[in-house]
Parts: sequence; C-alpha cells; structure tokens
Amino acid sequence: MSQKNRLGGGLIDRNQPLSFTFDGKSYSGFAGDTLASALLANGVRLMGRSFKYHRPRGVFSAGSEEPNALVELRGGARREPNSRATVAELYDGLQARSQNHFPSLTFDVLAINDRLSAFLAAGFYYKTFMWPSAFWEKVYEPAIRRAAGLGRLSTEEDPDVYDKGFRHCDLLVIGAGPSGLAAALTAGRAGADVILADEDFMPGGRLLADAGLLSDQTADSWIGKVRGELASLPNVRVMPRTTIFGMYDHGTFGAIERAADHLSEPPADKPRQILWRIYAKRALLAAGATERPIGFENNDRPGIMLAGAMRAFANRWAVTAAKDVVIFTNNDDGHRTARDLAAKGVRISALVDCRADAPASADFEVLKGAEVVDSRGRLGLKSVKVRLQGGSTREIACGALGVAGGWNPNVHLTCHKRGRPAWDAAISAFVPDPNVDPLLRAAGAAAGIFSTHGALQSGMQGAIDALADLGRRAGPIPLPTAEDAPVNVAPFWHVTGGKGRAWLDLQNDVTIKDIRLAHQEGFKSVEHVKRYTTLGMATDQGKTANIGALAIIAELEGKSLPEVGTTIFRPPYTPVTIGAFAGRSRGKEFRPRRLTPSHKWAEEQGAIFVEAGNWMRAQWFPLDGETHWRQSVDREVLAVRKSVGICDVTTLGKIDVQGADAAEFLNHIYCNGFAKLPVGKTRYGLMLREDGMAMDDGTAARLAEDHFIVTTTTANAVSVFRHMEFCRQCLWPGLDVQLISTTEAWAQFAVAGPNSRKLLQKIVDPAHDISNEAFPYMACGEITICGGLRARLFRISFSGELAYEIAVPARYGDALIRRLMDAGEEFDVVPYGTEALSVLRIEKGHAAGNELNGQSTAAMLGMGRMVSQTKDSIGRILAGRPHLIREDDYRLVGLVPVKPEDTLLSGAHLMTVGEAAIAQNDQGWVTSAAYSPHLKSSIGLAFLKSGDKRHGEVIRVVNPLGGSEFDATVSSPHFIDPEGERLRV
Amino acid sequence: MSDPLLAPLTALGMNAPMIETIGGVTIGENTSLAIASLSARKGKDQELRALIQPVLGDSLPQPGHAIGARDVTAVWTGVDQWFLMAPLPEHPDFAAEIKALVADTASVTEQTDGWVVFDITGANLIPLLERLCSLDTKAMMAGDATRCLIEHLGCLILCRESARSFTLLGPRSSAASLHHTLVTAARSIA
Repeated sequence: MSQKNRLGGGLIDRNQPLSFTFDGKSYSGFAGDTLASALLANGVRLMGRSFKYHRPRGVFSAGSEEPNALVELRGGARREPNSRATVAELYDGLQARSQNHFPSLTFDVLAINDRLSAFLAAGFYYKTFMWPSAFWEKVYEPAIRRAAGLGRLSTEEDPDVYDKGFRHCDLLVIGAGPSGLAAALTAGRAGADVILADEDFMPGGRLLADAGLLSDQTADSWIGKVRGELASLPNVRVMPRTTIFGMYDHGTFGAIERAADHLSEPPADKPRQILWRIYAKRALLAAGATERPIGFENNDRPGIMLAGAMRAFANRWAVTAAKDVVIFTNNDDGHRTARDLAAKGVRISALVDCRADAPASADFEVLKGAEVVDSRGRLGLKSVKVRLQGGSTREIACGALGVAGGWNPNVHLTCHKRGRPAWDAAISAFVPDPNVDPLLRAAGAAAGIFSTHGALQSGMQGAIDALADLGRRAGPIPLPTAEDAPVNVAPFWHVTGGKGRAWLDLQNDVTIKDIRLAHQEGFKSVEHVKRYTTLGMATDQGKTANIGALAIIAELEGKSLPEVGTTIFRPPYTPVTIGAFAGRSRGKEFRPRRLTPSHKWAEEQGAIFVEAGNWMRAQWFPLDGETHWRQSVDREVLAVRKSVGICDVTTLGKIDVQGADAAEFLNHIYCNGFAKLPVGKTRYGLMLREDGMAMDDGTAARLAEDHFIVTTTTANAVSVFRHMEFCRQCLWPGLDVQLISTTEAWAQFAVAGPNSRKLLQKIVDPAHDISNEAFPYMACGEITICGGLRARLFRISFSGELAYEIAVPARYGDALIRRLMDAGEEFDVVPYGTEALSVLRIEKGHAAGNELNGQSTAAMLGMGRMVSQTKDSIGRILAGRPHLIREDDYRLVGLVPVKPEDTLLSGAHLMTVGEAAIAQNDQGWVTSAAYSPHLKSSIGLAFLKSGDKRHGEVIRVVNPLGGSEFDATVSSPHFIDPEGERLRV
Repeated sequence: MSDPLLAPLTALGMNAPMIETIGGVTIGENTSLAIASLSARKGKDQELRALIQPVLGDSLPQPGHAIGARDVTAVWTGVDQWFLMAPLPEHPDFAAEIKALVADTASVTEQTDGWVVFDITGANLIPLLERLCSLDTKAMMAGDATRCLIEHLGCLILCRESARSFTLLGPRSSAASLHHTLVTAARSIA
C-alpha cells in the first residue's frame, strides 16, 4: 500500500521498510516511524472512538501527551489496551486495533451517545445511577464499563518478564532535548556520574521536530557528535526509552525503561521493561513543553491536531496528515509550523491568527484577527469555518488543522513533592517554582525558556550549578549557535459565541459546557471540577486539556489563572505497566519462600505444605489410601500419643542471648522469673507488652551462666527479636547482653511420644546420658549424636507427651530426619505436620497464636499467677489494671459438644443457656477447635467469662454466620493428662 | 557407633555446591565457609581487639568494611558486632575455636548454617548487582562490606575485587529464592 502522505527527508530509514496491520488491514512504514506517523503516512486519520460519546477521533499530538489515538497493541496474551500510537515504535509485523466501537470503527452504534449528549453532561453518572443501590455493581457498572472507552485486556497471563534495578548518579538529566544534551555533556566532561534519561528512542527532542534551529551546523550533526561523546564517557549512562515518572524523597526518582517494547517480543529471558529506582544527588528537569489547543466548536475531528505535532510529523517523520492544511494560532510558533510545512510542499490553505497584529507571510495567506469557529467532516476533517476580523465567516476546505495555543512547560516532576508551579505572564504559562526542591532544577522549555539558544545555555548552566552544589567544578562548553526568537503569544483559550460543543479534554470527552455546568452546580475548586467532570483524568492526565479548563474557571470566577491554580500533579508522569511494578516478584516468586531443613525429605514423602509466614511447613503426610486430610491427621496424632512422632520445628524463632547480665535481661523481658533458672534447665516464659497484654510465649534454655537460647513462636520470631533489641539498646543500655538470631543456623525437630527417649537413645552418643534421672523434664544441654556431630537437646513438650526437641547444624537436618525415621522404624515412628501439632496442643490446652492475639492477658490464659510481683518486668504494672484483673474476666476453658454430631468452629460465640443470643449476653468465644481422635469428639478452647469457675456448665455455642447453635460442656482446657504426669516419666 | 556419619546437604538442597556461568557471570554456592558472630561484651572492646589482633593481623573493621588476614575475614555487621569467616575444612568448629580465643570479652555464636553463601565473579558485575540491591555497588572497593536488602531478604555483601568479585550471604532458608533471583537477573543481563 502506498504511503500517500509521506513527504521527503525525515529521520526515518527508507532502506528498512516495515509492514504492520491496523484493524486487520496491512500497511507499510519505515524504521524510525511510530504507529501514529506510519498511519498518517498511509492517509489514516481516523484511529479510534472517544470515551463517552464515541466520536470519531484521530491523532492529536506527536508524543507521550497523546489523549486520542489509543489503540490495542499486539495480539494474544500480549494484547495491550490504551496504548498511545504516538509513542509506539513501529516494528515489522506490529498489530494494532482501534478500540471503543461496535461493530466497527467507521460505523459505531454507540455513537448514539453523541446524540444523547445533552443527557450525558458533567456529573451524569452521579446524577443518574443513584438508585436502587442493588443495581450499582450488577447492572450499572458493567453497562457503563462496556460503553466507556476502555480497551480490552487479554485476560491471559502476561508472557513477558519484567525486571527492576537501582542506579546512583551525581546528576540525573531528565530529557535529551537541546537543554538535556547540553547539560549531560557539560557534567560528563567534568567527570561527574551522569544519567541522561529520555522517553524517546532517539535523542534530540525538538531538535528532531523543528527545522533550522541551529545555524552553524545541522541538528543531526550536533546530536550525532554529542551522542558519540556521551557514549565514550564511562561516567555517563544514556537511558533511551526511559521515562522518569516520579520524583520522591531525598532525590529518589522512579524510571521505567521500555527495553523491548519496540520489538515484537522480547528476546528469551530478557525483560520487556525495567523499573529503575534512581538515587540522584542532583537532577535537572529538561522535559520540554507541551503545546496547548484552542477551544472551538467541533474541535475534535480526526485531522485536527496540535500545530507543533504537525511540524514534528513533517520534519522528523516526513509525514503530513493531509495535503492541504489550515493553521489556527495565537502566537508566532504557529507561523513556524506553517513555514516548515510549506517548505515540505504541503499546501497551507490559510493561517488563521487571532492576533490583529499577526506577522504576514509571502508563502501563504494569513488571516489576522480571525478565529476558527467550527469544523465539518464526519469521520475526518473536510473544512473549517473561519470568522474573519470583520465578523463575516468563510468556509475553508482542508484535510488537517494545526492548532497552536502556546506552550506549557512540563513542570509535573517539580510538583510531585507538593510544589506548586508559578505563573509566568510573559509566556502565559505555569513554570516550575524555582524554590521547589534544592535537588531539582529545571532548564530549557521545562523552565519556560523556549528559544533553542536559551535551552542550550540553561542546560549547560543548570549542570554547572548542580555540580557546584556538590563541590564539583564544571566549565562552560562550546555550544552551537542557535535561534533565539522571543516568545510572542496572546493568551487565547477558546473562541466564544458558538452553540455547539467545544472539547477541552479529548480523552474524557469533557467540553467547555461541562465545566460551565459544573461551576453552575457549585463546583468551584479545580480539584472538585476535575472529579465532577473527569477532566484531566486517565492516561494523559489532562496534559493538553487542563490549562484550557483552568482558563474557563478563571473567567467564571472572575479570577486570574494563577489564582485558580492547577490540580496537583502526582506520579506517574505517564502510565506505568503494573507488571513492571511487580518485576520479578510474581507467581511463586511473589515473595521469598523459607524452606525447612527437612523440606526435600518431606516433598519425597508427598507432604502437603502450608504457608506459615514465608515458611513452607508440612501440614500433614498422607499415606497411600488416605483420601481425606482428617485420616492422615488423626493417624499422626494417635501415633504420637501411642509411640513416637517427629515434627520439623525449625521455624520457631531462636534468639541467642549472651552476656554477664543475660539472666537479668530475661528477667525483665519475661513476666515470670528467670534469674534463678539453673544451667542445664529450660523454662516456659510469657512475655507481656508494655500495656500488660500477652505478647508471645516460648521457652528459654540456660546453656551457661551467661548464655540462653530463647525460642519464640514462628509468627513472632522477628517481632520478638525486634522488641528484645529495642529493650537492650534503649531501655537497659547499661546491661551486658548481646542478642543474635540463630533461627536459620539450627535444624530443630520435635521428637514426641512415650517412645521418644528410646528413639533418641539410639542416635545420641553414649557419652551423654539422657535417662529420666540424668536428663529430667525441662533439661537442656549440648550433646553429640551419630558419632560426634554437635547437637542441642531440650526436654520440652508441646504435645503433652514425653518429648524432646533436638537441634543440629542446619545442613545436617535432612540427614537427621532420615536417620530418626530409620532408627524409629521399630517404634512405628511417624512424621507429623502442623495440623497434628495443632490438634495435640489443643488436646493439651496449650495457648498458641489464636489465643495470643494481642487481646489476652496472662490471667485470661490461666497464667495470672505467673506474673511475678517480686521483680520488675515489662507489662507488670499495667497488667495490674483493675479491669484486667477482674475475677469475672474471660478465662481459657475447654469445650466439648453435648451431642457428638456437633462440630465446634473457632469464632463461634458463647451464650448462657436460656438467654437470647444477642451481643449484650455474649459470654465469650471459641478460639481454637479441632477433632480429637483421642477423645473421639470435636473439642475446642474458648475464652469464657469467669470460665475457671464454670467447668461442668452447659453453654450455648452460637455461630450466626454459619447458622448453627448447639450445647457444649465447659471443661478444663487440658483434655489430656491434666496433671502433667506423662511429661515427667 | 557403627552407623555412618550424617551427610550434609547444601542450602540449595543438593549434595554438592551448585556453580553456574551465565553470560559473563559465574554464581557459585560456597559451602565451605565457617561463620561465627562476635559481639563485644560491655566494656571489653579493647581487650577483645587485643585478643583478636593476632588472628586478623589488624584491628576489627569499621562499619561498611571487612578485613582479611591469613584465612580469617572479619566483617562489621552491627554496633560492636562482627562476622568472622574462615575455611570450614580447617575450622570445623569455628565458633568454639573463636570462643576459646576471646573468652569472656565477647559473645560468640555459630552462624555457619544460618547463611547461604554465593561467590559471584565476572568481568563486570555492576549490571547484575544494580538489578539486585539498592547499594551503589560500582563505588564498592575490595574490603567494602555491608548489609543490604535483596528481594526482601536481609543479606550481607562483600566486595573482594571492585566490580569483579563479590561474596553474598543470604538467609539459608531462603537460599532457593535468592538463587532464583540471582540466576534470573544474570540471564536478564547476559
């Protein structure tokens, strides 16, 4: 297919033709094209339908500010909706589809919305979809979503990978136009560590888009030289296709590098995009400026675009939107577009300048003091209606209209930390507040300096000043001679007198009337107007729309533009793919997993795993023929109580506490006494928070006078360690105590059951006597096993049976469990998982996370007398608050359903029999529940008011969520061996 | 005892260390590094330094640094806290060896199996390291060492030769996740 609108020249590579499809139709373009430039070259002006009214729309800009030309890019799982055609680099085989129409782009039945526009004005949704509220999610939202202009997600998993990284520099230069290049070169030559980032794939900025900016050399040649020198400097990193999308605290910037978006798919294992966090000592914003439109009736037809974009398409991409063009301007820059287009052989049918004193031209007709007031052409511009200076009108045929309303500096990044831009009347635009942040300066057009000479000079000076802040000298460098035209602009935001709709925000279909209506309805603040009308929302964030709306609000309010102010600019500057934020953290790599030393062995046994924090713990070990988890768990529980079982308990936190004052330290940390714990003994300990509530429980084993091992629950391993470090460093800095985690260093196994000693005696080296006499309940010690391997043995029990925990260096954990299983064969040893562990502890009445939920006191747990009153410990005083020591407070009890068929569930509430099941009568709640294979019944632990005095009482267990209510008998929480005899045999 | 000795597994769950070369980067698990933590007891800092001096040939390192002499390396890991590292075959019970040396001037724990250790080498490791952690690794010189966060994991990174050789310590239980991160990043820049 011929490229009928392709001009001569340009920065495209005509030796590299590329083919692509748009809505299934094939076209050709060249390397260096964007999708937008290639479509224009092929005479395609209609590229999509608008968000609300389904109006035909074409490309409006030539850059990342594009509001209109949003397409679905790529196919299959890579389909990417709402992609801006202006920044999509063309590659061979690119597929694009227009969006937001049915059945086709040229015939869209939902264009009926356009006829109904009177009903779809500002606040339409707020006013219409109010009731019934049941319709919000099921009816209104799906219907609105289908009708509104969003592209379709593939709904498949993204097949590409994303990466992230961190970079540091002295100076971050944002934008590689004339000022950015001058800055990077200045700082680079001075030896500073420089990053030059630009969203474009080609450096140069407006030097690429405008003709004749430099007079002593061509822009091409200068850019080439600078590019070559920057590449040769090891201290300079150039990052093309990289958008700096946000500025954060302390010179931290977010950047997204589109590493492979210009390819049909990324090379294997290579990321498609990389999210960078850049730490910059100084930054220079050289992000250029965005041109703004002028509002008039029907100013949204395909073919109507920004004049500067039209110029960029002609000079850089050798493309015109049409053979005959009209320009509508309020400033001299519009004349530049007309001149450049005319020089490329495009017919300028007229230049309409609203200024009565507009300069004349020999090349085309200039209509001074005239305004474009309307346009025609259903699927593309056919003509514009011009109101001449005298008031008469003239219809001028044209295929494209370039609108030049002046330029807005891209101040966005200077506002991300709540800076507000300042108004510069000379250019009728907001410029960065120079005092916004000492780390960030602006240069060139981003600073409101619009001449090329000014851009080059301010870029160089910006780099010199930034490096001076860092104590580095950078010299002035020779810069090319460049145009230095003054800015000559008459503030003019929209034509008046029209009856039809004039668009402000093309992406959200917000018109001038919408802003007026919002104002009339009381929305005065720009922030409120934004939210009520949707102005400035979505992918372009109103880059081309906001200023026009601000001008109208200013008119209506009788204020000046700076008095009205802007809405707050927030990151990201342009949209960032969610996948890039996720980076490598997806699927099972979403977060690091922690594997126990016996993980590999457990996998071989077919264990079912459960996540406990980041740990993967074996939940149960199914045997052949077991079809329900309860079968496996019941078997494991019974086997432990009958003979012996083994469970990997490495996940419990292990904190090594040493120092001359270690015992005193623990005496303060735990509410019960530790000072007199003998060496070689372990003690159960309860930690309280400062407010007196239970924080965590565990054991502390005394290996030497000055050496303890504290164990914590798996869940609180980190928080307890943090708490202890805080106490050590801040509360008692005078104590000689040192803490370090050894959780990972030791593989630890619980060996539980009446035969546990017999099993251990088979592997413990004979030099160590672990008989009941030599190694009684709560003993601990350093031993050797299996012929000399150092180990630690603790005689502690969570199950209520005779039990031990044995620890070896983690690398031997796998071998140890294999050895224990072999040695235990004669005792029918079983491995047991966290489910059985939980059943065993509920049967024994041990508190765990469900009971230690931050709302429990020691007294509630039945440990009130453990809180020593003869020493000072954290939480002791506040644990004595009257409300916390009430005799009728909750107490931990056991529950057994009266009827065996009833099943206790944790979370159910307790009610006194005969009283109504209402909140006022609440007596407590079930905290933990399990099926006890030992008792052959559902059992539970619960907090019950005055529970310690109500053993034997029948109580109602009410579960309004599950719709169940039944009777249960209150008992001691210790269902198994309440006297603790089994522990001591 | 007639039973054979227990056989260790690497942190990656293998019988032998895993060593891979991806592009210009070699990532090798180092399973023969003995590690012991050393924390000065209150007021015993000078005594400790004097006792450890013969082993290190130098004083204990300042924050951000490691000092190596003969076969022992010391890394600063916290206020008055260091990790000492030495070849495991020559120092099978390293913590006990150090404890015997420093007596009650310091608290010592065995950390050998608390960590997975990766030695990473290549002509230029900066592109890899900048994908992993927020440190300015290109500014790290031999002997620079610091804690850092890699994919949510608290790690310790030692520069052995600027840009070319680093040792990374990560929590042992997350060895597989950390290894996955290293390999993925290495492929991404290869």
